Amino acid sequence: MTKQVKQLDRVIIRFAGDSGDGMQLTGDRFTQETASFGNDLSTLPNFPAEIRAPAGTLPGVSSFQLHFADHDIMTPGDAPNVLVAMNPAALKANVDDLPGGATVIVNTDEFTKRALAKVGYDSDPLTDGSLAEFKVSPVPLTSMTVQALADFDISKKDAQRAKNMFALGLLSWMYNRPTEGTLGFLKSKFAGKPEILAANLAAFQAGWNFGETTEDFAVSYEIKPAALPPGTYRNITGNLAVSYGLIAGSRLSGLPLFLGSYPITPASDILHELSKHKRMGVRTFQAEDEIAGVGAALGAAFGGSLGVTTTSGPGMVLKAETLGLAVMTELPLLVIDVQRAGPSTGMPTKTEQADLLMAMFGRNGESPVPVLAPRSPSDCFDIAIEATRIATKYRTPVIVLSDGYLANGSEPWRIPDVSELPDLSVEFTTEPNGDDGEFLPYRRDPETLARPWAVPGTPGLEHRIGGIEKGDGTGNISYSPANHDLMVRSRQAKIDGIARDIPELEVDDPTGDARVLVLGWGGTYGSIGAGVRRVRRAGGKVAQAHLRHLNPFPANLGEVLGSYDRVLVPEINLGQLALLLRGRFLVDVISYTKVRGLPFKAEELAGVVQEVIDRV
Amino acid sequence: MSENNGRESGFKGLRLVPRAEATYKMKDFKSDQEVRWCPGCGDYAILAAFQGFLPELGVPRENIVIVSGIGCSSRFPYYLSTYGMHSIHGRAPAIATGLAASRPDLSVWVITGDGDGLSIGGNHLIHALRRNVNINVLLFNNRIYGLTKGQYSPTSEAGKITKSSPMGSLDTPFNPVSLALGAEAGFVARTIDSDRQHLTSVLRAAADHEGASFVEIYQNCPIFNDDAFEPLKDPAERDMRLLRMEHGEPLRVGADRGVVMGDYGELKVADIAEVGEDALVRHDAHRADPGYAFALSRMDYPAFEHVPIGVFRDTSRPTYDELMAEQLGGAESRGGAEELASLLAGGDTWTVR
Repeated sequence: MTKQVKQLDRVIIRFAGDSGDGMQLTGDRFTQETASFGNDLSTLPNFPAEIRAPAGTLPGVSSFQLHFADHDIMTPGDAPNVLVAMNPAALKANVDDLPGGATVIVNTDEFTKRALAKVGYDSDPLTDGSLAEFKVSPVPLTSMTVQALADFDISKKDAQRAKNMFALGLLSWMYNRPTEGTLGFLKSKFAGKPEILAANLAAFQAGWNFGETTEDFAVSYEIKPAALPPGTYRNITGNLAVSYGLIAGSRLSGLPLFLGSYPITPASDILHELSKHKRMGVRTFQAEDEIAGVGAALGAAFGGSLGVTTTSGPGMVLKAETLGLAVMTELPLLVIDVQRAGPSTGMPTKTEQADLLMAMFGRNGESPVPVLAPRSPSDCFDIAIEATRIATKYRTPVIVLSDGYLANGSEPWRIPDVSELPDLSVEFTTEPNGDDGEFLPYRRDPETLARPWAVPGTPGLEHRIGGIEKGDGTGNISYSPANHDLMVRSRQAKIDGIARDIPELEVDDPTGDARVLVLGWGGTYGSIGAGVRRVRRAGGKVAQAHLRHLNPFPANLGEVLGSYDRVLVPEINLGQLALLLRGRFLVDVISYTKVRGLPFKAEELAGVVQEVIDRV
Repeated sequence: MSENNGRESGFKGLRLVPRAEATYKMKDFKSDQEVRWCPGCGDYAILAAFQGFLPELGVPRENIVIVSGIGCSSRFPYYLSTYGMHSIHGRAPAIATGLAASRPDLSVWVITGDGDGLSIGGNHLIHALRRNVNINVLLFNNRIYGLTKGQYSPTSEAGKITKSSPMGSLDTPFNPVSLALGAEAGFVARTIDSDRQHLTSVLRAAADHEGASFVEIYQNCPIFNDDAFEPLKDPAERDMRLLRMEHGEPLRVGADRGVVMGDYGELKVADIAEVGEDALVRHDAHRADPGYAFALSRMDYPAFEHVPIGVFRDTSRPTYDELMAEQLGGAESRGGAEELASLLAGGDTWTVR
C-alpha cells in the first residue's frame, strides 16, 4: 500500500511518559535521526528531579520536546503538534499545552481504570469526548510490543520495556527519519546482551511496520533538510558544548585542564563528560564539597593549570569565598554556573536565570568578576573558550552563567575547524620584573593591568600570595589606607578595561528604523529571537540585541540603549539585568519577567513586544 | 616545572620532586618579612625548626610550596622564602590538593591550626587525608582561638572558661590524632613546639612518607592559653607523662614504667618490675590495621595522663597524585590539534554542502 506523504515545514513533537519509560532516550534518538537528516532542530527535555517517582503519577512524568524544521529555528517550540503519551499521567500532565488540532498518540494499554483514577480522571478521556478537539490515535503500544517479541527468550517485563522503541519506530516512520543511527546506537548499547538487542531492534521495526501497514496512520510527513551554512554538523547539548569548549580552551592556551567539582543538577554532566577525557590530559577531581571543588581548582591554577569548577546556584553560594580569594590573588579560574530555579534547593531540574546579581556582586568587599553567558546550547562552546581567554589574559576568575535549558537542550552545531579557533597561548613569567632585579608579583601589565603569573617551580620568583590586601607591586601584606584604595580601584579598572577587548554589542534591526529594542541575555536568545520574528512577519518593526558579556558590558551598550525609544528586557528572573541597566545607564527599560522554571514562549514574547511597539 | 634531572631527593615522599643543585642553609628559607607573632608564641620555635629542616629536603627552594588557611599559624608562608599561599579559613587542604594533584614535582606543606583545620576546615582535612594526596599537614594545636582573641576551639577541654564560654565550654574536644587515624591517614604523628630535635625528626619522617602525612604539633599560646602543655614540658613532670614512640622499641614511660596491652586491645601503663620487660608493647608504626595506633592515641585520657609523641602510624599505599597520573596515562605530552578535532567531530555528524 502506498501512503500519502505530506510536506511540512516544521513540527513540534513531545514524547511523554513515566520516568522509567525511557522518554529521554527516545527523544534523544529521534533527535539524532532528525539531526542526521539535516533539519534544523531545538530540544527541550523536562524531567522530574526524583530518580524514579512513583509509577503512573503526575510528578513522575518525564518528557522530551523536539522542534525540527526545513528552515532555521530558534526554540524548542511553544506548543507541540504531536504528543506521544505513554500513560494517563503523561496525557494529563501535557494535554493543556496542546493547540486544537494537535495529534495525540496514546498507549491505550496503560489506560486502565486504576491508572486513570491514580491521576484523577473520573472517566476515560479516550472515550468521554474530552479530547474531541484533537486527532487521537489510540495504539496499544505495550501489548503490540509484547506480541512482536513473543518469540524472544526474554521476560515479559523486558519485552514491555521495549515499548519506547516501538513508539520510536512508529514516529520514525511517520516523519520519514533515517534509522541507521538508531540501529547503530542500539547495537553498541546492548553489545553485551544479544537477546535484549534483538528485542529492541525488533520492537523498533515493529513500530515502523505498524505505521506503514495500519490504516490508522494514513499519512506520513516529510520535512526537508534545512539550508544551514555549509559544514559538518552534530547535535550538541549545552553541557557537552561547555565540556568541549573547556578542553579546547585548555589546548588553545597550552594549560592542562583541572576540574574540581561536586555533583549537582543540572551541571553534573560536565563533570561526567570531562572525566571521560583523562587520556587527553584532563584532570577531574570530585571533591568533598563545592568549596573544595573550587579550592582545588584555584590551587591547580596557582600551579599553572587551567582551573575550572562547575556547579549550579546552591553551589555558587558556597564558592563565593574562594572566588574572593581568586579576585585577591588575581589568578585565572573558570566558574561555570548552570543556573536552576532557586532560591535554596528550588527546582533542581527547572531552568532560571536568577543568579546574575549573585555572579556580579555575591562576594564581600569590592570584588569584580567578569561574567559571561552563552545564548544557545552550541554557543556554550564559544563562551567556554572566551572565558578561558579572559581569565588567562587578565588573571581573573570568570563566571559563566549557563542554565538548565541550555545545558540539557540541544541544537545542531557546525563543528569548527580547529585552525579557526583563537590562539590563547599563555606565557608564564620566568624572569624578575623589578627595577632592581627583584620579582614583583603585583606589578601590573600597563595595558591589561594583569599581574605576572609565575608558577611554583620557577627559580628566583618565589613569592607569597593570599587573601590579605596586597601591597601594590610587592604583594606583601599591606594595611596602608592609600594602598587599599589603589588596589580596590586597580582591580576594578582591570575588569572594566576588558570592555575594550570584547566585541561591541550587535543590533539586529533589519529595517533600520525600529523604535523599540528587545535586549536579552543568556538562554533567552532563542525565545526572544523567535518572538521578534513573529512580530516582524506581522509587519512590526523591532530591533533585537543579546548580551553574552555581562561584566563588563560591551563598550557601546549605553549608546545602543539610547538609540531607541523603548527598551524591553525579558528575563527569567524578577528583572536583574533591568536593575543593572537602570543603575548603570539611567535608562528606564521595561522589564518583562516570568519565573516558571521554563523558557519563554515565542508567542508570548511576540505579544509583549507588539504591545510595547503599539504604545510607543 | 623543572625536570627531575634523574636525581631524586633522599626522601621517598619527594620521589617526583627534582633534586636541588644548590646546598641550602637555614637562612636561605627566611623571607624578608618581619615575623609578627606575639612574644613567646610557640610558632616562633616551630618556624625556626622548620626553616632549619628545609635544607635537608634537598629539593630546589622553588619547588616547595606552603599553603595555609587563616589563623595565627597560617601566617607561616609569609615568613618562608618559598612559594606560598595564605588562603581562606579551613580551605588549605582543598587548595593544596588541587596543587599537589596537578604538580607532583612540588613538595607541598599545609600549615593549619586547631580552629582552622578541625573546625571550619574539618571536612577538607579528613578528605585530604583519606585520599592520600602527597601533602604534609602540620596542625599547630594550641587548644584555643588566638587570632580572634581567645574563644574555645575544637580541641579545648570541656568546661573551659573563655570569652565565649564564661560558664565553661559544653563541647567534647577532638583528639586530632584519633581523628586523623579515623580518616584513614597513612602517616600520623605528634610532636611539641619546645623540643626542636623531636620536632625535626617528626618533620623528617613526614617528608619521607609518600602521600598525606598529618603532624599534630602542641603549640603554646602565651596570651590566651598559656602553659596549656606545661605538664609535658616541666622537667619535674614530663618524664612521667611523655611516651616517646620509636618504631621497633618497647614503649616506655620514664625508666620504670612501660606500656602493656589489656584484654580488649587497650593500652595502659604498668610498672616494669611488676609485668616484666617482655610484657612491654613494642612500637610498630607500620601496622596496616589502625586499631593499635588508635589505642595509642587514646592514652592521654584524662588530660595528659600519658602522652605519646613521635610517629603513631606510618604505612604506605598509592598516592592520589600518582593514581591520577596513571589514569592520565602520560597524556600531557600527547595530543594537539588533531586529537581535539577528532573529539569535536565525534558522535553522529552530517555534512551540509
